[in-house]
Amino acid sequence: MLELLKRDKKGCSVLGVIWFFVLLMILGNTFFEDGNLFYVGANSITLVGKYLCYALLAVSLDLIWGYLGILSLGHAAFFGLGGYVMGMYLMRQIGTRGVYGDPLLPDFMIFLNWDSLPWYWLGVNHFWFAALLIVLVPGILAFIFGYFAFKSRVSGVYLSIITQALTFALALAFYRNEMGFGGNNGLTDFKDILGFSLSSDSTRLTLLFLSALFLTIGYFICRKIVSSRLGKVATAIRDAEMRTRFMGYHVVWFKLAIFTVAAMLAGIAGALYVPQVGIINPSEFNPICSIELVIWVAVGGRASLYGAIVGAILINYAKTLFTGLFPEGWLYALGLIFILVTIFFPKGIIGVLEAIDLKKFQKSQETLTASVENQVVENTTALASSMLEKSKE
Amino acid sequence: MILIKVIYKALFTLSLFLMLSSSAFALTSDEAYAVISNKQSSFDAKLEAFYTLSDSSEKYVPVLIDAAKNSNLYYSRKDSELYVLANGNYFNVKTSKVFSGKKRDLKRVAINNQIRESLALLSEMKTLEDKTLSEDARIESAHNLIGKVSISDASRLQFIRDTSISDFPELAENLDYVIASADLNSQEPKIRNGAMRILANLNSPILIQKFEDIAKNDSDISNRVYAEKIYKNLSSTQSFYSGVETLYFGISLGSVLVLAAIGLTITFGVMGVINMAHGELMMIGAYTVYVMQQALPNNPGLALLLSIPMAFLVSGLTGIIIERTVIRYLYGRPLETLLATFGISLLLQQGVRTIFTALNKNVVIPDFLSGAIKINDFFSITYSRFYIIIFCLAVFFALRHILKHSRLGLEVRAVSQNRAMARNMGVRSERVNALTFGLGSGIAGLAGVALSQLTNVGPNLGQNYIVDSFLVVVFGGSGNIWGTMVAGMTLGIANKVLEPVAGAMLGKILILIGVIIFIQRRPRGLFPQRGRNVED
Repeated sequence: MLELLKRDKKGCSVLGVIWFFVLLMILGNTFFEDGNLFYVGANSITLVGKYLCYALLAVSLDLIWGYLGILSLGHAAFFGLGGYVMGMYLMRQIGTRGVYGDPLLPDFMIFLNWDSLPWYWLGVNHFWFAALLIVLVPGILAFIFGYFAFKSRVSGVYLSIITQALTFALALAFYRNEMGFGGNNGLTDFKDILGFSLSSDSTRLTLLFLSALFLTIGYFICRKIVSSRLGKVATAIRDAEMRTRFMGYHVVWFKLAIFTVAAMLAGIAGALYVPQVGIINPSEFNPICSIELVIWVAVGGRASLYGAIVGAILINYAKTLFTGLFPEGWLYALGLIFILVTIFFPKGIIGVLEAIDLKKFQKSQETLTASVENQVVENTTALASSMLEKSKE
Repeated sequence: MILIKVIYKALFTLSLFLMLSSSAFALTSDEAYAVISNKQSSFDAKLEAFYTLSDSSEKYVPVLIDAAKNSNLYYSRKDSELYVLANGNYFNVKTSKVFSGKKRDLKRVAINNQIRESLALLSEMKTLEDKTLSEDARIESAHNLIGKVSISDASRLQFIRDTSISDFPELAENLDYVIASADLNSQEPKIRNGAMRILANLNSPILIQKFEDIAKNDSDISNRVYAEKIYKNLSSTQSFYSGVETLYFGISLGSVLVLAAIGLTITFGVMGVINMAHGELMMIGAYTVYVMQQALPNNPGLALLLSIPMAFLVSGLTGIIIERTVIRYLYGRPLETLLATFGISLLLQQGVRTIFTALNKNVVIPDFLSGAIKINDFFSITYSRFYIIIFCLAVFFALRHILKHSRLGLEVRAVSQNRAMARNMGVRSERVNALTFGLGSGIAGLAGVALSQLTNVGPNLGQNYIVDSFLVVVFGGSGNIWGTMVAGMTLGIANKVLEPVAGAMLGKILILIGVIIFIQRRPRGLFPQRGRNVED
């Protein structure tokens, strides 16, 4: 593990910066009062928490896109599913504090005249069970979907389109009231999680902390995967799937393993996102959300993992900033960013930084060699002259 | 004995006379007019007044009844005159003079649903009685009355029927049906039976319920058996035509899908470019219709026809610009064209919002697109759907002709099969790329023209169709326009078949799942491209 950390200096520094800010925010909120320069309000805490969830989601996409070559246009669906499981748990925690005050049924079910909980709502009031489902539901869906897709060798653009169809189908399904997930409005009006009020600053801080923690854990899981033998095979599949298959690797299982892990990570990201934002609704399944997610990774720089973090945070920060300042201009800016990044910086922001870094490195190498050469020349001339002097004597 | 009979007969005649003329004694037409224009009158009084008026021979009666039926009848609080609202002006019912007083003095004559229904009947009756109208119009209103008249009204119809049998045999025949439909409610089993025999050959969906009712509840067994037979006949005809209608709706939906997807087949299948901006190119086509209609405000039909070539040019040129400025740097990297073109789609959407605002625009549907051809009472062909199908077929075969028989088509096929070899043979592949993309985009513009007649023209028009069109392309097998045709029609029909069974949302979900499963079985669609370059 330590070896891994040493080799991944850039990833560590990106995470380091994130942790620096997270700790700063925690300190700022606990030790300063409102009005102080260093005070951090509840809004900024949830905002940053949201970015970190997006970052984890982006990392999970980068794992399958950057290292496995699967461009999923439906990856946000797993995020949404994780979010919905968390939403169901939080919904059950409301208890009698809902508008209708029913101890068992959430408000929207009363509204629909349902008299009992559907079977799939049973058990989610236990946190451990919900936590299990947060990982299992996206994981199982990814496993089943991936198994059939990879087994019949659906690849490239075709795979992208059917993942898009998957998320679109889920969106339509969750919009239906009969599904029992609150239809259009989704799940909202959450009160508390594990007994802690969601509106209190300390819960928000804890959630922020947890988001950063899970981002870090998720990042290192992905890093571990890509630097292991599994990751090497994945890269081989990405670059030449046929050849890898001919060499005797069971491509399906390698793809499936990584795809499922990525879906689980996305589910966790969704589950952390929901209590911070306070709502989950079917719009998370819209194909557009998944495309935006792809864009974050592309802008950050794919196949680097930390690039995904950078992209997700920067674009979402810019979105928050610009939609407030010039709502008209933001979509123009976003559109231009996508076009320019794909044409001029196919490796994203990270690629640009690395290129600059490389130039510096080359320059320093050049100066180094030059100085060494000078040294050598000086030394030899010195040596030669001394030898000459000696021979004269 | 005889005396008693005579007295009895006299009394009977007298009472009959009294009954018939009772309404005439009760109200004159002027009194009825006053009742209607008085806001104190009860609904029952108004209903009677309307009946009285409809019996009178005053010239203004048809106009008045028609206006009252459509809630366009107003009374003046000043002079108790009645006015009809038409084209924004209020005309006096009797004198046809335009109302000159203050608008707030006019109040709508309040009616309830019972009056409205009776008025509808009365106005159809008036049309029937009006000999100045064409026979077709009168037959039409006879048709509308089937199953709606009571036995008491039927005698009045019998009179019209008897007077028109020599001059208008067809009208008389239709009136026979109307009278028979009233006789179905008769107390006499024999009259009911006779009525059923008349109506047996009339395929009218309105009477299905009635026959079912008789088949179950009639006191006479032979009537029940006979009604059962007719009922079965009618309901099988109805289910047949509802099948035909589903098919027709499905084909028209399929045509829309094919139109939306076929341009994509070219850019995606032939060139390997995933054009996420395809929907926005359709949007541009739809906005072209809007702009053309603004330019020719008096002739929306001509504007629509002219916007077909215009939309092709505008969207096509936009496509060529996109290809020259962005896509040509990204050939061979299909997943990255997806990102860049998504950026373009955002730019185009926002551009439209800036120019035309985010509100939906009102596109006029010209007269020749509204209306329907009535095949029979069960099924009619709506023009709008019909023209969409025709338009789709025209675009499809024109495109097929271009690809098969033109120089450009030859070059496109050559480049898509083997770019390097085509270049060696002297094909300018850069130019072919630009033109192909332009062609695909132009067709998107044409699809936009069609969509402008079906949905709201707004900045989000494209987004709603992009997922569907990709599915059609993938389902059909990319690069194959026949595949797109078959896939689009299949999805369209499947959608319309599932809609009544499973509901619109669930039907769509089932179709998406169906396509996903289908792609597992046939990863390259219905009609896969064959050849060396297919597998990476």
